[in-house]
Parts: sequence; C-alpha cells; structure tokens
Amino acid sequence: MDGVRIQGLVKRYGDVTAVAGLDLTIPAGERFALLGVNGAGKTTALRMLSCLTRPTAGDALVCGKSVVRQPRAVKALIGLSPQETAVAANLTVRENLLFMAGTHGMERRAAADRTEELTQALGLGEVLSRRAGRLSGGWQRRLSIAMALVSRPRVLFLDEPTLGLDVLARAALWEVIRGLQGVTVLLTTHYMEEAEALADRVGVMAGGRLLCADTAAALKARAGTDRFEDAFVAIVKEAGLSCGC
Amino acid sequence: MRMLTFSRRTAREVLRDPLTVLFGLGFPLVLLGLLTAIQKNIPVPLFALESLTPGVAVFGMAFLTLFAAMLIARDRSTSFLRRLYTTPLTGWDYILGYTLPLVPMGLIQSGLCYAAAALLGLPVTADTVRAVLAGLPMCLFFIALGLLCGTVFTDRQVGGLCGALLTNLTAWLSGAWFDVTMVGGWFQRTARALPFLHGVELQRALLRGEAAGGHLAWTLGYMAAAIVAAAAVFARGMKKD
Repeated sequence: MDGVRIQGLVKRYGDVTAVAGLDLTIPAGERFALLGVNGAGKTTALRMLSCLTRPTAGDALVCGKSVVRQPRAVKALIGLSPQETAVAANLTVRENLLFMAGTHGMERRAAADRTEELTQALGLGEVLSRRAGRLSGGWQRRLSIAMALVSRPRVLFLDEPTLGLDVLARAALWEVIRGLQGVTVLLTTHYMEEAEALADRVGVMAGGRLLCADTAAALKARAGTDRFEDAFVAIVKEAGLSCGC
Repeated sequence: MRMLTFSRRTAREVLRDPLTVLFGLGFPLVLLGLLTAIQKNIPVPLFALESLTPGVAVFGMAFLTLFAAMLIARDRSTSFLRRLYTTPLTGWDYILGYTLPLVPMGLIQSGLCYAAAALLGLPVTADTVRAVLAGLPMCLFFIALGLLCGTVFTDRQVGGLCGALLTNLTAWLSGAWFDVTMVGGWFQRTARALPFLHGVELQRALLRGEAAGGHLAWTLGYMAAAIVAAAAVFARGMKKD
C-alpha cells in the first residue's frame, strides 16, 4: 500500500488558490521532499494531508485512509512536526515526550518505554531533564521530531524541519532524519541542498502546482545541469512561473 | 485520561511561570497588607478587612484570565496547538484541560487571601468559608474569559488586554478600592451591569452573614455566558485552524 496517494488536491482561500490540483503518490517507506519557494503551497498541502485544513476539492489517502472522509483514522497514522518548533516550553524534554504519549492514550509504562526508545534513537539523553523552552533551536527541532514520532506514525510530516538552524545543527538533524526507518517521510523545504541530501525523490512546487517529481539526479539531468539549484530554477522558469528570487 | 494528561500539562506550564506567583499571589497579598496598614493609620470603612478582603480576592482572580489567555495564545503562536490537533484529543479535552487546573488555583489563591486577612485580624467563621467558596463563579468567569481571549488574540495582544485592561477594569468597576456610588451616574450603572462588583458584594454580604441571592445570580449568569462563549469560540477556532 502507498504511504500517501494524493488525487487532485485543491485549496482555495477566497480568490487565492494556494494548492491547484496536486496529484502525487509516495510509496510506503520513501522519503519525499516538497521543494519550493515561500508561498509555493507546500505547507498548505501538508496541512491538508495532516487533516488540519479541509481540501476545497480532491482527496488524499494516507495509508489507504481518506483525509476528507476518515480524518480520525488518518490522525492515528500520522505524526507532524510543524514549521515552528511546537514544544511545551515549561515542560522538560522527558515531560514533553510523556505528554505526547498521553495525548495518544498510551498507558504509563508504554509511554515511559517509548520515551526511552526515542531518547536513545534521537540522542536526547543529555537534555532529557532540561526545560524545552531553554534548549537551542537545534535541540528543540530534534525534540519536535521526537514528539511527532511518539505514536509510532506510519507517515511522518516534517514542515521545514531545519528552518533557522545553523550549519552544524542542520547537519545533526539531517542525520536524525536519515536514520528514520520504516516510516514514510514527507518533508517540505526551500533549501535545495536539504531536498537533495535527504529525499529519495523531490517534488518541485511553484504557484500551488507540482511541476515535477523525480530523483534529484533525474531532475538535474532533465535540466542539463550538475547543480541542483540550477535545475530547480530551470524547472520553475520552464513552467512559466516566477521562481520567487 | 487524555483530558487529565492535558490538565497536568496546563498546571505545570502555569505553575512554573514565575509571573503566576508574582501577580497571582504576591501582588494581591502586598495590596492587602499595604491597604490594611493605611487603614490602621487613616481608618476608611472600605479598607476594613471585612470589606477589603473580598475585593482583593476578586481582583487577584482577574489574573487567571491572563494566565489562561497567555498559555493558549502561546500554544497557538508556537503551533503547539496545531501539533495537538493531529492527535486524538477532542474539543472537550482542550476546553476542560485548559480550564480545570486553574479552578483549584483560583480557589487556593482566594483562600490564601482570606488566610492572610485572618492573620491581620479578620475573624474566621463558617461565613468566611462560604465567602471563599462563593468565589467559584467569578473564578470560572475569569478562566473562561481567558480561554476566549487566548483563542482570539495573539500573545502580545493578550498581555495588553488581559494584563492591563482587564485588571484595571476589575479594579475600578468592582468597588474594591472605592465605592462606585461615590462616582454615580453611568459609571455606577456600568459597574452594576458587569459581574465584578457583584462578585465582590457577594462575598462581602456572605462575610456579614447576609443573603446574597441577587449578586450570586449575576455572577452565575456571567459565568455561564462566558463558558458558553469561550467553548463556542474555541471550537470555531479549532475548525478554522
């Protein structure tokens, strides 16, 4: 079964079309990056897929469940790390993880075990007893991803996961994301190198439309360039859209 | 179970914020001590403990609005709520989870005001206990107002509206610091139309051992209206998000 199957997804806010007929299939276990400049429609697409906003038209199946007709079932299958860090500032890292486990109805023992697993997997041990609000941006992002993973989601949505991080913190977080096994990952980013480094396939979005979706190597070959950034600009210009530069 | 998880988190967030202790408890107690000291030197009937303590107790509760609104507005601005909207939590889990932990905090805050007043000389009787418990409708009113403001306004706006405007309105229109009949006119009519004065008069009447059905009805009415409005606005905000 596909991790995500998007069929003609549209979102309009009044006269503004944020997402204009998105079609995309992401096989289970794939890491897929939606790449685009600000306002391309990436975050809106992610919000529809995570049942935060209802599509104006179209539908999407997350592990076979419809975001329009079965939002509760979809919510049980997904984890979301929003663009902002979205942590409880006055709770410690451990308490944040236990809290998320509680919101998913986990028993105390299971919640503690899951917290321990994620602490090990994401290397949170050294900050486990520190309040989330006092952590650096990099640690907060790492915690944010751990919180999204608490419920053992089959599909993980990461909205601009390294936004605002310095080079070292970004590299550390890339390692974390690369280490995620057995989960379908859909991430949005406007960093070319991030999409190229993390994703099995990259979808280029502009003006609310998905212009193409392929491996980074194939997109570069298509544009006749060795640099992924040049390929991105060429693809957007070819579609007759402003690249936002 | 999920609601209790959410309640525990609300309690921790609020209690670990130093502003809670500073404004929620410290400020009202300092006011009580200062005005009692003034009363000893220049006796004013309004500042006698039987009259002053209910005013300080209700004024202190106004900070519950700030605590609730600030927490919710921050949860919105940091996308924490957005993250939670992708979990199985229901609308009632949020509303009760934000509200319930603040109720004992409000009553404890009020109880400590009365305890401090007792140390300063307020006689403690069954009427005192009734007066503390009679703070419940105003406590829920202020918390519901916080839920509503936190859902509608940003954390910066909440600071101004709930931190400055509401506490001043409560101070002026509750009859805690001066008798509204001395101003009279539209000011007195406004004070009588709002819940703050009734919240204070309710506790004053109970301390005197008098019936206070009218004041109780006003505060209960405002409490119910605020809860319904907050729940409706929050539920609408959830859908909008």
